[in-house]
Amino acid sequence: MGAHQETKPRRSLLERWLPHPVLTVVLVLLWMLLLNAFSVGGLVMGVVLGIVITRMTSNFWPERPPVKAWGKAFAYMALVGWDVVVANLEVSRLILFRSGAQLRTRWVTVPVELRSPEAITVLAGTITMTPGTVSCDLSADGCSLLVHCLDAPDAEAAVQQMKDRYEARLKEIFP
Amino acid sequence: MEFILELVVSVLIVLGGLFALIGSFGMVKLPDLLTRLHAPTKATTLGVGGALIASMVFFAGLEGRLSIHEVLITAFLFLTAPISAHFIAKAHLHEHPELCEDLPETGRALGWSTFERLPDNDEPEEEDPRRASHH
Repeated sequence: MGAHQETKPRRSLLERWLPHPVLTVVLVLLWMLLLNAFSVGGLVMGVVLGIVITRMTSNFWPERPPVKAWGKAFAYMALVGWDVVVANLEVSRLILFRSGAQLRTRWVTVPVELRSPEAITVLAGTITMTPGTVSCDLSADGCSLLVHCLDAPDAEAAVQQMKDRYEARLKEIFP
Repeated sequence: MEFILELVVSVLIVLGGLFALIGSFGMVKLPDLLTRLHAPTKATTLGVGGALIASMVFFAGLEGRLSIHEVLITAFLFLTAPISAHFIAKAHLHEHPELCEDLPETGRALGWSTFERLPDNDEPEEEDPRRASHH
């Protein structure tokens, strides 16, 4: 920590008060949403909370999130939102029109090339929210995800789809 | 105009209720815990989503004030659903160690983290450099 401050003496004041600018913005937004009505007093309170909370918890988050492409991150959220709707219809169809014995449930292993913990968490969460798959475990070295498929006739195709659709995009967001 | 808005709100509520019902029906119908896990993580998100959109349309269109609590509820739902599903799955694996044989290979030198942990002293280069400095 000491070495970190010596290398950047000019930004240290800003870094001390705003260790996580993105988290501060998120907290202010969250506070405003929680109030459910706009007022200047509420905004001031939100900013105070945003600064105080990030400052108090900054020791728990030594690094800033490694997101490099925010535009792509928002595009990714829209894609996942759409896939969640498709996933709902798909799983509802399976529940209603397929008997338990006819489901081809299986485990698949998804090799993960992402390295940052944040990126792997987002990938695992996305896999759980999207069609017929729940991520259940991570290999001890963090390089493979264990995924349970509700109905997967072809394991290879399911793995390839997860990697192409989500992991490739996440690799651009978290380089 | 008011009739159309009321129609939209009712359709959304009925759709949401239908999906919630299907999700709950899946809990009864599907054969074991792991397949049942699929029903609440997915089929119900649209159920809750329908009710939340209906609520936003109702307050914006009929009551004339903007309600954005619903966005917050959606965000928290999307954050918590995968995490709780992951924990339930992991707890299930812990409770049934015999499932370990059914699991596919990791394709790596080490097994799944539920059953195997990192060796204590091997591979120091794999470890987080920030944590390593504390040793």
